Amino acid sequence: MAYSEKVIDHYQHPKNVGTLDKSKKNVGTGLVGAPECGDVMRLQIEVDETTNTIVDAKFKTFGCGSAIASSSLATEWLKGKTVDQALSIDNMDIVEELNLPPVKIHCSVLAEDAIKAAINDYRVKNGMDPIQFEESVVH
Amino acid sequence: MAKANWPEALAKLLRAAGILANFCHSFSIASAGLLRIVEKARLPGVPPFGPATKAANFVFRCFGGVCPLFQPSFNGKSTFKHMSIQLPVYLDNNATTPCDPRVVEAMVPYFTNHFGNAASRNHPFGWAAEEAVDYAREQVAQLIGADPKEIIFTSGATEGDNLAIKGVFEMYASKGNHIITMNIEHKAVLDTCKHLEKQGAEVTYLDVKENGRIDLAELEAAIKPTTILIAIMYANNEIGVIQPVREIAAIAKKHGVLFFSDAVQAVGKIPVDVKADGIDIMAFTGHKMYGPKGVGALYVRRKNPRVKVTAQMDGGGHERGMRSGTLNVPGIVGFGKACELCRLEMEQDAAHTSRLRDKLEQALLKIEEAYVNGDPAHRLPHVSNISFKYVEGEGLMMGFNKNIAVSSGSACTSASLEPSYVLKALGLGDDLAHSSLRFGLSRFTTEEQIDYTIEQVTNTVLKLRDMSPLWEMYKEGIDLNTIEWAHH
Repeated sequence: MAYSEKVIDHYQHPKNVGTLDKSKKNVGTGLVGAPECGDVMRLQIEVDETTNTIVDAKFKTFGCGSAIASSSLATEWLKGKTVDQALSIDNMDIVEELNLPPVKIHCSVLAEDAIKAAINDYRVKNGMDPIQFEESVVH
Repeated sequence: MAKANWPEALAKLLRAAGILANFCHSFSIASAGLLRIVEKARLPGVPPFGPATKAANFVFRCFGGVCPLFQPSFNGKSTFKHMSIQLPVYLDNNATTPCDPRVVEAMVPYFTNHFGNAASRNHPFGWAAEEAVDYAREQVAQLIGADPKEIIFTSGATEGDNLAIKGVFEMYASKGNHIITMNIEHKAVLDTCKHLEKQGAEVTYLDVKENGRIDLAELEAAIKPTTILIAIMYANNEIGVIQPVREIAAIAKKHGVLFFSDAVQAVGKIPVDVKADGIDIMAFTGHKMYGPKGVGALYVRRKNPRVKVTAQMDGGGHERGMRSGTLNVPGIVGFGKACELCRLEMEQDAAHTSRLRDKLEQALLKIEEAYVNGDPAHRLPHVSNISFKYVEGEGLMMGFNKNIAVSSGSACTSASLEPSYVLKALGLGDDLAHSSLRFGLSRFTTEEQIDYTIEQVTNTVLKLRDMSPLWEMYKEGIDLNTIEWAHH
């Protein structure tokens, strides 16, 4: 199975690889997936509390090229969005942008889950209730 | 009396051979190119075999086709800093090997001039085909120490596995219905056993030890009065681990049970002798030993004991009634030639591949948290399976798979998302199974290719670890087992 050019580009030149200081109150961290399943994503957001805008996003991913590309793309999309806007990122947008084949849809779901987990971590840290999301159905 | 200086003479000879080989190689590429140009320039309506084409073809056949050191060539430029090597590098030889040019050379006449049906007994076309098949049968038999009459040509090892297991199950139904196999067999064996379970067979799937070998005491304990067959592979396709075949055969003989071995990965690579090894039925195939695809053989013992298998295809009664179907004459000729070459060159092939394999392995094990899977003491000379902890195999391959062909125990591409059942059977956690790469070398693998592979794999592992959250946690001293993962 050949990867799409966009996946290859993100794999070769991943955007925003790295770690944010998770002890900071305005940093939310989402860690999703499991080593046994072959993919683990950690996605972090740094929020400007006055504007509720995501000013920085970083990721680290253990997984296949599509998982790496999905998380790389997610961090690109997150930057500059408000937290509310970030919640509207749908896994199918990622599938479309990266031309992921059906067997790789779970990678995009994982990225969406990671975004939601990071946002909830940020909310809880700042005294808000976590948002109850529906269970992902794909995996 | 002046003594000949043998080492020097040999060195000179080898150098001369090397120069000749290089010359042949360049020439073969040039002549192949010429052939293509001539073909392209051909005007519509002009007969295909004009004098120019014939000349180019002659040059190609003389220098390209027969040159033993001719390498399968692909169009690609190396980025390797030391010298130019041919890319992509093929290190997936457990999946299939390239066909040796000498094999192709032997096959060609049997597509064209000698196209007869080996079963046509009444004219020279049939006689030529039959003669070629008989000769190939001898070549195949000789490689494994069998009698030519004990060789049944098949379409490959999957057919061989099916014919052996189903054939024994049906033929020996009056003796019992119990089959013993193990959990790291190829799917062609496991799925055949599962199929038979639906038809009333009782199957015991032995676990393997951490080193990938079966426990002989467990094997013996599993034998019952109804046991008719022990089906244990010679060497495993994913990890290259060789089973204690002679000990298994002794146990089988002691209890009067037939011993079948899928020897696809072993035959042609290490000495396999059905008599000395005590194997009753054995499946192997051409395309894992520099022969063509679509042809293989089943060895079926004729003496002590005389073994019979029920045919799984009805038809003209070819191959002593055990495998009907017009014989694949060119394939069989190529398979025979491949067997002959393996017999004559096994020692040097094994020395060559094991030296390069060891070099590759030692270099890659310098990477932190890298582990060899399977018992290194009982292993095929050309195989290495390594887990690089905290990076995922498919992601790893993506770093170089345009230029290096290997395979991974990660099954991220399959719908099941289950990693290799073979690696899991060794007791590896799913995470390590996901992190594995299999390297399979061949007689055509070069030192430059191995150096290039070491460089590329090392760089990619390091790059992906910089990107891996698991590696970061490991480095921070976090025990990954204490984390509650969201299993999906």
